[in-house]
Amino acid sequence: MSGVRVLVGTRKGAFVLTSDGQRKHWDIGGPHFAGWEIYHLKGSPADPNRLYASQSNAWFGQLIQRSSDGGATWEPVGNKFVYDGVPGTHQHYDGKPRPWEFKRVWHLEPSLTDPDTVYAGVEDAALFRSADAGQTWQELSGLRGHGTGPSWQPGAGGLCLHTILVDPQDPDRIYIAISAAGAFRTDDAGHTWKPINRGLVSQHIPDPNAEVGHCVHRIAMHPSRPGVLFMQKHWDVMRSDDSGDCWREVSGNLPTDFGFAMAVHSHQPETVFVVPIKSDSEHFPPDGKLRVYRSRAGGGEWEPLTQGLPQSNCYVNVLRGAMAVDSLDACGVYFGTTGGQVYASADAGDTWAPIVRDLPAVLSVEVQTLS
Amino acid sequence: MIRVVLPAHLRLLAKTEGEVNLDVAGLVTQRSVLDALEARCPVLRGTLRDQVTGQRRPFVRFFACELDLSHESPDDPLPGAVASGAEPFLVIGAIAGG
Repeated sequence: MSGVRVLVGTRKGAFVLTSDGQRKHWDIGGPHFAGWEIYHLKGSPADPNRLYASQSNAWFGQLIQRSSDGGATWEPVGNKFVYDGVPGTHQHYDGKPRPWEFKRVWHLEPSLTDPDTVYAGVEDAALFRSADAGQTWQELSGLRGHGTGPSWQPGAGGLCLHTILVDPQDPDRIYIAISAAGAFRTDDAGHTWKPINRGLVSQHIPDPNAEVGHCVHRIAMHPSRPGVLFMQKHWDVMRSDDSGDCWREVSGNLPTDFGFAMAVHSHQPETVFVVPIKSDSEHFPPDGKLRVYRSRAGGGEWEPLTQGLPQSNCYVNVLRGAMAVDSLDACGVYFGTTGGQVYASADAGDTWAPIVRDLPAVLSVEVQTLS
Repeated sequence: MIRVVLPAHLRLLAKTEGEVNLDVAGLVTQRSVLDALEARCPVLRGTLRDQVTGQRRPFVRFFACELDLSHESPDDPLPGAVASGAEPFLVIGAIAGG
């Protein structure tokens, strides 16, 4: 019997929401790690009972938790993230060089094939890898060391590596994104990297077409077509058909092309979901209406999805890691808000209903489809 | 025997209730107490001190005998009442935020 497990990271703990394939009735588990910020938790595609969670707070720093029973119980694993060699400097908000300093883990990406291998995207921006189920972590320092690292600057949320996509057809190819440095790709399992930001235009940097410095908020792909990438940038929704070598804008008729979250339909590679946010200074939906926009054409033409979502007086945000899809038929779509709601659609976005309304601010949403 | 009182979050992590009692060989200092605490409860590594620099995390405070010892050298002897176990060594999460 199929089912889904929705993994929700919030400002004050983690929650595990479960349902059968109908996705109508939900059990709410948690809070796990009550009182801690859970930036992200995610399950292994190779072993759905293996979960990893990033647990942190300003007082006591970073921990990594691992579950081997689908989130029922957890055990702390390694939390020592040490930059490789002499870390060097990046740019700070004031434009001055600042030494790299580990702050937190934003994203955990388990390997597609090995439950014990997991990648961690951290702030200050770097990529780490563990091959022993999170016990020890090693930096893939070719990313910071490829040449542009000293020019990277933090976005408002910090210099964070927040997106990791592993190519399902070529595990040596990995895409990552950093705010506010941009997108990068490796084709040799993380040894060497190159910026992939051609076509991005960002007015907030001195050279709008610069090789790096773009505030990429999210990248998404469909696993059957990993060379096609979609990007929600600080402003602009973008698309690449050549593995990130070149990008073109596909914002089309969106009411605003600012936003954070993005997902691709699990069965239709040209169907993309975004949640437009009014602007970089007003992080809430335009007109107080919470609307997911769906394109069935790979961008360019977008339709608002509103049924079941609040259409007045709604001023929440949907953060970059807070949208995901299941792989049931029909595709389920899920997102969480800074107001603590987690909304679900069991019909690819046509209709929505809240799974839960009053969680702490939602930082991340991931979905596991269980068989 | 050294008595250490942890804040609630860390007691939960360390799976301990009440005080943590430690035997510390040699001079009783912040460093020797924290080293012994982390040896007893490895999950606390990195939660009180930076794992690379060994510096106290900014929002962690150390109190004992009605004194704030946070800014003392980690190698200074702790008060005799702490060393004797008459008074606990308190780990405090600083008040921050709203």
